Amino acid sequence: MSEQSSSEKVPVTVLTGYLGAGKTTLLNRILSEPHGKKYAVIVNEFGEIGIDNDLVVGADEEVFEMNNGCICCTVRGDLMRILDGLLRRKGKFDAIIVETTGLADPAPVAQTFFMDDNLGRKTKLDAIVTVADAKWLNERLKDAPEAKNQIAFADVILLNKTDLVSPDELSDVEARIRAINPYAKLHKTQRAQIPLDAVLDRNAFDLDRILDLEPAFLEGDEHDHGHEHGHEHGHEHGDHHHDHDPKDHKHGGLKHYHDEEMQSIALRTDKLLDPDKFFPWVQDLVQKEGPSILRSKGILAFKDDDQRFVFQGVHMILDGDHQRPWGKDEKRESRIVFIGRNLPGKKITDGFESCIA
Amino acid sequence: MSDTRSDIVSVVERTRLVAAGGAVVAVHFLRRTAVFVLSEEALVFAEPDGETRRMAIHGGAILATAADGERIVSGGDDGKVVTTDTESSRVLAMDPKHRWIDHIALGRDGAIAWSAGKSVFVQAKTLRTFEAPSTVGGLAFLPKGFRLAMAHYNGATLWFPNALQAEPERLEWKGSHLGATVSPDGHFLVTTMQEPVLHGWRLSDGEHIPMSGYDARVRSLSWSAGGEWLATSGATQLVLWPFHGKDGPMGKTPRLLTPTDYRIDVVACHPRKAVVAAGYGNGLILLTRIDNAIILAKNVGDAPVSALAWSADGLLLAWGTEGGEAGVIDLP
Repeated sequence: MSEQSSSEKVPVTVLTGYLGAGKTTLLNRILSEPHGKKYAVIVNEFGEIGIDNDLVVGADEEVFEMNNGCICCTVRGDLMRILDGLLRRKGKFDAIIVETTGLADPAPVAQTFFMDDNLGRKTKLDAIVTVADAKWLNERLKDAPEAKNQIAFADVILLNKTDLVSPDELSDVEARIRAINPYAKLHKTQRAQIPLDAVLDRNAFDLDRILDLEPAFLEGDEHDHGHEHGHEHGHEHGDHHHDHDPKDHKHGGLKHYHDEEMQSIALRTDKLLDPDKFFPWVQDLVQKEGPSILRSKGILAFKDDDQRFVFQGVHMILDGDHQRPWGKDEKRESRIVFIGRNLPGKKITDGFESCIA
Repeated sequence: MSDTRSDIVSVVERTRLVAAGGAVVAVHFLRRTAVFVLSEEALVFAEPDGETRRMAIHGGAILATAADGERIVSGGDDGKVVTTDTESSRVLAMDPKHRWIDHIALGRDGAIAWSAGKSVFVQAKTLRTFEAPSTVGGLAFLPKGFRLAMAHYNGATLWFPNALQAEPERLEWKGSHLGATVSPDGHFLVTTMQEPVLHGWRLSDGEHIPMSGYDARVRSLSWSAGGEWLATSGATQLVLWPFHGKDGPMGKTPRLLTPTDYRIDVVACHPRKAVVAAGYGNGLILLTRIDNAIILAKNVGDAPVSALAWSADGLLLAWGTEGGEAGVIDLP
């Protein structure tokens, strides 16, 4: 097969965010900075980006279901049409950015890349980047399910307009974001000012880049609270994030919230898994719970297998492969993470434990 | 594969390579001139006398072409519908909003149809327009009567552009329909879908004919001379659906020819004989008789074969690849 190597595939960044959060500002910065790269941009048809560029294209946000019996397998048909057309001009640009409307669900956009063999061969989904408004996000999380989806789905979150809120309000909204998605890279910005390499070329969907599954806020990053939150990690078989009371308390400056609806579940075990039990279990899980599982990722250690197995998924679509041999001194530990809506935590935990060899 | 290759070359062919200068997305014949459609901007003419020339016709990507032997009509991301013959090209229409021209179809008597997103246009004596219920995936004229079939989400629509009062006929089938072809006898409409399946309708009564079993989305369809078979891409075998008789392939299995390790990306039936040319993802072209005898195998490079076309007399087969290789095969 003349499979193109992934380096030749055109990277695609999906830019989401509620109305007025600063998507267009970020997009304009990406397009106007002197980085020497050319971007093709797919804007929603009601977009207001005022750039005269033949590589800026409007797309209709029509979403349709795939005929595979899964109601969560929705794709953006018009996006396929536009991408097919843009790919005829491959070589005229280095990467593609897809801007969605504030009300859009990122899932159909992401799934479009997994459901079409031509797009899969010629493009690679790079990351879901969500721009959030520091002042209004808390309100939107209460009244707009789309806003919550966009946070839960994100690989990179720009918490923008931080100059419009007090430090207290900022740490509050940050904690709200972390209650939904502890794994995304979070950057606090004003006027969407951020080094572009923090947003582009992230390889967030690249199996080779699944290194560890620690919540991003433990990595220090650019945050001021890099201490260990031992109460929710290191349990033998994982646990439910933020499942403790009281619901609102502080740990060294970072508030903790529990989002009633959207949570992440992190599971881990240092016992080897049986692939003949794990794969049927995870397939069945995403088949049944697919609509509520937004993102999933895993690093797996199987019995009689010297290779690390990694997977990542969007709703019921899973993509997995052997990544590399386990290191000599590396702890053979399996970890999986689900972010989703009203996830059946106990059922998932029990199921995962039943996969131990 | 290897066992079939040794005893295949039962015809002696001559191949002329053509410097296309870019990825080839389609090829058409204008009489005996092979015209290669590049993914961007230009057509490359390979004249019978061996001369090659390039003609720029669009200001960006060429998204769709259709030909009738005398002219090629193309649509581009510059919003233009362009008609080209062996001498020159001219702009037939310009989308008022500069939208991409996604699909083109040619009908009898010079009628031309194109679509831009949901909007469908037919230019015959007058220009008619129609809004499809969703983004149009493909267009095809019916052979009889002035009627256009359009594929879209959840089915297809049949429209009489001249019958202003007549309600368009809606054919429903859930999913995204991306390409359309009508059998030469006008009895069947077949669409390609986003899933690796085809869907057919018998037009007399709307009876459904789902056709499945593919490895990948079907992107290329070609009717055999006489219209008895529909040859299709999308599998590692050449899949031919039987369309003789009033039921078409209803309840029948397709004929499967020439299994290989690679997927067929493009097919073209011989205009007169029961022979199909198939282009594979590894740069292989196979000429197969529908009775399953391979008569020619030719490797034209490593890139997927993306375009195949026969001259009207069936003596020339033109091919192009995604990698920009192109040529014309002269067959006895």
